[in-house]
Amino acid sequence: MSDLNQEMAERYKNNFLKEIEEQAEMGEWVKMCMQCGLCSGSCPTNFHSGWDHPPQEIFMLIRAGKREEVLNSEGMYMCTSCYNCYVRCPRKVPVTHVMHGIAEYAYRIGRAPKAQPTLHLSKTFWSNATKYGRVNEVQLTQSLYFKDGLGAGIKKGLEMKDVALGLVKAGRLNPMEALGMGHKCKDIKGIHAMLAKAEELEARNKAAKGKE
Amino acid sequence: MTSIVATNQTILVVGGGISGMTAALEAAETGKQVVLVEKNPYLGGRTVQLYRYFPKMCHPTCGLEINLRRLKANPRIQVLTLAEVTGITGGKGAYSVSVKLKPRYVNTNCTACGECGKAVQTEIADAFNYNLGKVKAAYLPSSMAYPQRYVIDPSIIGTPDAERAKAACKYDAVNLDDQEEVISLNAGAIVWATGWQPYDASKIVYYGYDRFPNVISNVEFERLADPHGPTGGRILRPSDGKEAKNIAFIQCAGSRDENHLRHCSRFCCMGSLKQTHYVQEKYGDAGKSTIYYIDIRAIDRFEDFYQKVKANPNVSFVKSKVARITEDKDGNPVCNGVNTEGYVRYANAHDLVVLALGMEPSVKGVEIPAEVMSDSSGFLMADPANAGIFGAGCATNALDVNRAVQSATAAALRAIQVVNKVARAEA
Repeated sequence: MSDLNQEMAERYKNNFLKEIEEQAEMGEWVKMCMQCGLCSGSCPTNFHSGWDHPPQEIFMLIRAGKREEVLNSEGMYMCTSCYNCYVRCPRKVPVTHVMHGIAEYAYRIGRAPKAQPTLHLSKTFWSNATKYGRVNEVQLTQSLYFKDGLGAGIKKGLEMKDVALGLVKAGRLNPMEALGMGHKCKDIKGIHAMLAKAEELEARNKAAKGKE
Repeated sequence: MTSIVATNQTILVVGGGISGMTAALEAAETGKQVVLVEKNPYLGGRTVQLYRYFPKMCHPTCGLEINLRRLKANPRIQVLTLAEVTGITGGKGAYSVSVKLKPRYVNTNCTACGECGKAVQTEIADAFNYNLGKVKAAYLPSSMAYPQRYVIDPSIIGTPDAERAKAACKYDAVNLDDQEEVISLNAGAIVWATGWQPYDASKIVYYGYDRFPNVISNVEFERLADPHGPTGGRILRPSDGKEAKNIAFIQCAGSRDENHLRHCSRFCCMGSLKQTHYVQEKYGDAGKSTIYYIDIRAIDRFEDFYQKVKANPNVSFVKSKVARITEDKDGNPVCNGVNTEGYVRYANAHDLVVLALGMEPSVKGVEIPAEVMSDSSGFLMADPANAGIFGAGCATNALDVNRAVQSATAAALRAIQVVNKVARAEA
């Protein structure tokens, strides 16, 4: 993975903006930012210690070619997808999507931080949803509850037991999902084939860029 | 019936603000016949609602007085107030225009003595002061109003208040039977100078203009600073009437924003820089101004003005678009955001927040009864297919007074060329 990081750093030597524009989804919006700060001021996670660089600063760091600072930042993983920044941006920059795009790119080249909670959620959600073609809520909840160990998981589970029972009674939660049963999509093979194809196309598309 | 003399050699000017007055005067002073149509009961538009002008910090009444003297001295201009153009037919060199005249209920006998205003009891919102105060339903719109005649609000017609106004008048100037009428007139060329309106601040939801009484607009602040305004020139905040000494100015409130106004309104940076002078003037060193900005655009030759304000230790600048206004327990508005110079989060409480609202053309969304072209912000554009109607002033672009006057003079020249052709053809 870190080889890919090296390769990209070589390929886009001294042009981190171009690297982000070509490799990160929605990265082409970075140069549209006019540094007004409305996104950062609107961000609900801005009180969090992990919020080392607000979106506006990440945009500016990219344009200034500060590759290490950006890839070492946890800022983009702090996004909760509340879309405040997106709807308010005076330039209509899809800030939320750009943040996810940069985070995804950093992850792809092996530069994502270890044990980052939102990254963990994204990975868990993605593998869960793609496995069955729809979200298996029981397994998703389990893997999140037990993320910090068995004791913490049981404690959290007991805390939420009344909610869970209520959902089961109302027919909104199927306990059999724990065993991989419950609702699934009809053509799971088709979904897997489609995702594989999409991944292949995207990899080919991105690999071709920046090589002229 | 109102009688107006107008031919195909007449220039019709729609809008009696600074642009319309300028266009009308420039055309009339070259010998053309002009009809000037204004929807308010007075001339001068938004310019006369300002306390002072930048950059020389002089009072608009001064410039207005000069223009009014030119106007009164010129027999070629016919002024229609409380008038709106409702229809235009024909084409370049031969337009036929219908104009709706609203009743004023006060005729030319009026001496502006004010007895009717004293007699009437009903109060209405004071439109001249952006509804910050109340006026009697028989009122003179402003001390400089031209024509210097009272207006009786239609809401009291048919009530005992209207009778009281009539009874109080010693000059037989009150005519309660005044009726709305539609007149039609000819014109060879038309100058469309309908001006601008401040952007609707309540649409910028995160600034809470309609939720927090101490968040006001730049145009309202002009009225607060003006000795003829609702507070007698004292800068008192609306919630509790306390003197506002710590004032925040938020730039680009609506402007440069794809969700609101996509253009830069040009005048608002200078407007706020000017308004810091009001704070300094009223309170000296006790008055503090903070300008929150993306970039200061002191257009043209005004950089010097900006540098002087910047040198004032009582004015501070925060490079950041405020993201949200909240209110603390004392009713102070709090500006929340992240500073671009250092990316530091702030939450600053002020006595009063002034939103530097951008300029929206009055023609936006308004049906102009003729074919005209407009840009993506709604400002009128020169239309080669309709070469007899010309935009002027803020109907065509976001302009300050100086540029509006230049634009109006240009429009007058274009209109003159059209009627000159008509004159040659008719000769």
